Amino acid sequence: MNGAQDLGGMMGFGPVVPEPESVIFHAEWEKRALAITLACGALGQWPGDRGRYVRECLPPVEYLTSSYYEIWTKALLKLLLSEGLIAPEEWQAGKALTPAVSTKRPTLTEARVAPMLAAGTPYNREVPSPALFKVGDRVRTLVANPTTHTRLPRYARGKIGTIVALQGGFVFPDSLAHGKGDDPQWCYCVQFEGQELWGPDTDPHLDVRIDLFEPYLVQVP
Amino acid sequence: MPFSGHHVEMNHSHTHDDHHHDDHDHGSELSEAALRVRALETILTEKGYIDPAALDAIIETYETKVGPRNGARVVAKAWTDPAYKARLLADATSAIAELGYSGRQGEHMRVVENTPDLHNMVVCTLCSCYPWTVLGLPPVWYKSTPYRSRSVIDPRGVLKDFGIELPAEMRIRVWDSTAEMRYLVLPMQPEGTSALNEAQLAALVTRDSMIGTGFPLASGTAR
Repeated sequence: MNGAQDLGGMMGFGPVVPEPESVIFHAEWEKRALAITLACGALGQWPGDRGRYVRECLPPVEYLTSSYYEIWTKALLKLLLSEGLIAPEEWQAGKALTPAVSTKRPTLTEARVAPMLAAGTPYNREVPSPALFKVGDRVRTLVANPTTHTRLPRYARGKIGTIVALQGGFVFPDSLAHGKGDDPQWCYCVQFEGQELWGPDTDPHLDVRIDLFEPYLVQVP
Repeated sequence: MPFSGHHVEMNHSHTHDDHHHDDHDHGSELSEAALRVRALETILTEKGYIDPAALDAIIETYETKVGPRNGARVVAKAWTDPAYKARLLADATSAIAELGYSGRQGEHMRVVENTPDLHNMVVCTLCSCYPWTVLGLPPVWYKSTPYRSRSVIDPRGVLKDFGIELPAEMRIRVWDSTAEMRYLVLPMQPEGTSALNEAQLAALVTRDSMIGTGFPLASGTAR
């Protein structure tokens, strides 16, 4: 969706402010926000792409005026309420009032943290059909404005690029975020010249490489 | 919302002079964000969906175990071991796993090499995708609106914010992490460091040099 998360090419946000490597969190609550988000994700009630979609559905003004861990916790609350893990009256009261519902996976215990983080979540999948494109092919990205989740950024829609790598078959975020299963698709690394994306005044020595799923692409003769 | 707060932290304001407000644990000073997280943890714990000891273990992992020193070890090994470097560029996920680094947000790794003619830089314009297994949690600027908006249209301008200027003729390549591949930049080895061992070289490798917003330190400087 064309939400505030899709930031590539926007202007006016000011300079980037670097920070030393030693700074990991800026407040105690950020640590808890990270850990609660991961622990709730481990219950298996929603895929990561569903979480991304809920975050990008925050109203743009709210998204842009929230820190990243605030965005995470606001979205987590929406997910917990929509999945029925927390009842609205519990959130109002600030305490548990109803029994827990059963979840796909059990509560994450301390002993399971290390194995879970070490295992990760592999996203690669077998794709039933052969890849349509090969390295060197010229492709054009779709012009589309879905109200649903997509990983085709606005700045790269309707642009011509070149396939530089076939990354493999992966779960398709556009489907997974909306309860339509993994729907595996081929994913390609596509190179776009800076001037194709941004116009003739752009640095001629810039290119941008974007990982794009096959349904976003059409062949250019 | 059970609580109303007074403090909205701006996503694009990173001077953070006022961070200490968030650290206060007495009620009137707690930010709306801190109150929301506290309420979530209370309810979720009472219902048995989360275990506070597991939360502590997650935090400890990313504060003390999984961070950019992992990536620095990968880079230093690539600088000293040509066969390892070849494996790293061909199949980064496996080569990084050889050093024991694998898992969450590092499931599908790619390593991209800087050369005298090419500078690589990594961003996630749509969210905050970042190679956790080798770099830890992303720094706040990586997730910020200035970095995510400008990196793809004006990367040289972003690099100036980091105090870096590339030669005008050098190609700059920006990798937008839109899918499940996670990118690590292999920076060029600083000149005059061929006599250093792997551990000494790793100490020169900065986090930012592995994102593409910095260079490794010169020999003889401390990180």
